[in-house]
Amino acid sequence: MKKLKSFLSGLGMFLIILASVAMWVLMPWQGLLVLLFVLALWMAFTQVGRQAASVTWVGVSTLGQRLGASSVIIVGIAGVVGVLVALLAMGNGLQETLKSTGDTETAIVLRGGATAELSSGISREDSTLITQSAGILRDAEGKPITSSELVVVANLPKKSTGTDANVEIRGVGPQMWALRPNMKIIEGRKFTPGLREMIVGKGARQQFAGLDPGSTINLNNQQWTIVGVFESGDAHESELEGDVDTVSAAYRRQGFQSVTVRLTSPEALDTFKAALASNPRLKVEAKSTLDYYTAQSEGLTKVIRVVGIVIATIMAIGAIFGALNSMYAAVATRAREIATLRAIGFRSPPVIVSVMLETMLLALLGGLLGAFIAWLIFNNYSVSTLGSNFSQVVFQFSVSPALLWTGVKWALAIGFIGGMLPAVRAARLPVTTALRES
Amino acid sequence: MKYFHLIWAALFRRKTRTTLTLLSVLAAFLLFGLLDAVRVAFNSGSDAAGVDRMVVSSKYSIIQGLPQSLIARVEAVPGVKNVTWSNWFGGYYQDRKNQMVNIAISPRQFEVYPEMIVPPDQLKAFESTRTGALVGEALAKRWGWKIGDKIPISGAIYPNKATGDTNWTFDLVGMFHVKDEKLRGMEQQLFFRWDYFDEANSYGQHEVGWLVIQVADPNKSDQVAKAIDAISANSDHETKTQTEQAFNLSFAKQLGDIGLIVSAIMGAVFFTLLLLTGNTMAQAVRERIPELATLKTMGFSDKTVLGLVFGEAILLVVIGGVLGLGLASILLPVISSASGGMLQLPPVVAGTWVTGLLMMIGIGVLVGLLPALRAMRLNIVDALAGR
Repeated sequence: MKKLKSFLSGLGMFLIILASVAMWVLMPWQGLLVLLFVLALWMAFTQVGRQAASVTWVGVSTLGQRLGASSVIIVGIAGVVGVLVALLAMGNGLQETLKSTGDTETAIVLRGGATAELSSGISREDSTLITQSAGILRDAEGKPITSSELVVVANLPKKSTGTDANVEIRGVGPQMWALRPNMKIIEGRKFTPGLREMIVGKGARQQFAGLDPGSTINLNNQQWTIVGVFESGDAHESELEGDVDTVSAAYRRQGFQSVTVRLTSPEALDTFKAALASNPRLKVEAKSTLDYYTAQSEGLTKVIRVVGIVIATIMAIGAIFGALNSMYAAVATRAREIATLRAIGFRSPPVIVSVMLETMLLALLGGLLGAFIAWLIFNNYSVSTLGSNFSQVVFQFSVSPALLWTGVKWALAIGFIGGMLPAVRAARLPVTTALRES
Repeated sequence: MKYFHLIWAALFRRKTRTTLTLLSVLAAFLLFGLLDAVRVAFNSGSDAAGVDRMVVSSKYSIIQGLPQSLIARVEAVPGVKNVTWSNWFGGYYQDRKNQMVNIAISPRQFEVYPEMIVPPDQLKAFESTRTGALVGEALAKRWGWKIGDKIPISGAIYPNKATGDTNWTFDLVGMFHVKDEKLRGMEQQLFFRWDYFDEANSYGQHEVGWLVIQVADPNKSDQVAKAIDAISANSDHETKTQTEQAFNLSFAKQLGDIGLIVSAIMGAVFFTLLLLTGNTMAQAVRERIPELATLKTMGFSDKTVLGLVFGEAILLVVIGGVLGLGLASILLPVISSASGGMLQLPPVVAGTWVTGLLMMIGIGVLVGLLPALRAMRLNIVDALAGR
């Protein structure tokens, strides 16, 4: 009977922990404020609450005497949160970079079935038909704002490893500057069509060696000059860009990989799509650039997120055991003190609350420390990986406030679980035995 | 060793604390086992590389092809034993998310890659079926393909001459497998015939993507590479010949520095672990001071007491660590099969065990150091008096 009772209470506790953690994970940051407010009210206006506040204060003010055990909780949780935030910031950064490359006002046309520009191909004739379709915005002279582009990949040495890596070379049409107004030259000048000149994105210049303005690079056994550096704040910064006809000639290509067009409005996408579909000669697909670039980041972002959460979960389990250990020890050393409180009339809830609060305070410190370290080291840390065009995509880790909140939430959840069992043990301590213990 | 039972008893003196610490150590080494498997899988390219294989590709870009005529000239280079050639084909199966590794291969593929094993009758069927395809067993398992199935591939780089679009259909005539578990990733490929590819694609210009050569003597790879690259020097298709290992590594490097990420994470984990087990050991020694003093009174030397505490610390980490790595080696195959063959993680390899054991002993020594010294320097009189 006794066994059944303890089993049931254990099961009950497990369910309570599980339910609270689930609720906790779903809670927005405003929820924490409400909880804190309720807690403060409870502590200020009820007798039990005031008892809890004073017991907590005793626990917190003696933390210094248990420095080793307390720092185990703080550092353990800082490690979990630091790794979690850093990995999620990597996924976030990649997603943001690719997503911001597209918008709903421009559309990209690829060959039917193609998933990336590199696996697409559009002939010159088709390109002409596409750029004459309905739904495309025209400039002051009445010319449609489009760019038929060639995408090729070149080997250039990467700064970090010294070995060759793939860099994306994009041949762009004359209307490109009107098509992508966010592209700005920040050093040097624009390339001159007809000449073997390239401009380099900020990210590509940072990752690859020898891409400073004025230097020459060897593309397909021809010398090209870098004449400028551009900034666009998106994935294009990982590219080198030049005049499409000159690049085509250098690579002996007849067709293009994609056609990007500026739509008269986001709603014109359907008109544009319908115009393409009505032409039996065209076997192409149009998408808003937002959809296209969002899809490009989906797979990798998901992998990074899942990996990050799995790693952090395993670390969190380790940290929970560490916290349990420390708090059991803390409760054991304070057993007499707690028993004395109980003997003079303090009830169980204040004791439970005080141990929980103490653990969660340490957890919060750990979480903040971990999130801060992750932010300090990794915010805007620049890395690159192989993107869908088989070439390097440069992106920055992005440690957003939302991520920091996620980190703190994890920390408090670990503190909650790690504090619960020791707290209950403290409350259940038989007063007489505890008082007799030396 | 004769004190083993003493160390064991000391270790489990406080069951809750030891169990909780063991579980933390277990979690840390479980993570180590899993992450190291990822690292091994990632670098398996360099293990997969045959020592006698070299890759000949365009010097300027991986997407630039080489003329078919180069094959015969490379074959004639002294020191070249065999040549196979391939084209990257790309495409997906059913849904855009299911991107595939589809490669057009020459008839000599399996001579140059003896680790990929195809039953002879299936290889024969491949040679006699123009639209035939061979797939890795892991890939076939993932999609539930059987020999005789027709496999539709969409979104390839190359349009089909007959239809004008990029949908292709291959006849599955056989499957290949790889014995070494570390190389299971190779089974994620689909191969089909290069001659069919060359004839049926509408870009077809007798262009090959890359050549893989087998050299007679790996020690002379450098000379062979130079001789091959000299053939096309100053032409419009200059080549770069490198060992397969270098070629594979450069790909792994382009994806990102997985080794660095894994080391950084494990650094954070082990630092935390150090503090945690260190705290446990310090507590354990602190509360046992009278007992240790008693041991010394009975005649145990300072060194023995030092050894006892060290032994306890190392035993603690090693038990937890071995359990963790053991759990990792149970979990890895489960993860691989649960992912439906999408993830091919190798089991915990010998190298991981060795590194892991060294880490365990290292951490054990580090966390045991201060408590052990304290135990050794214990003054019997003070300790027994509780001063």
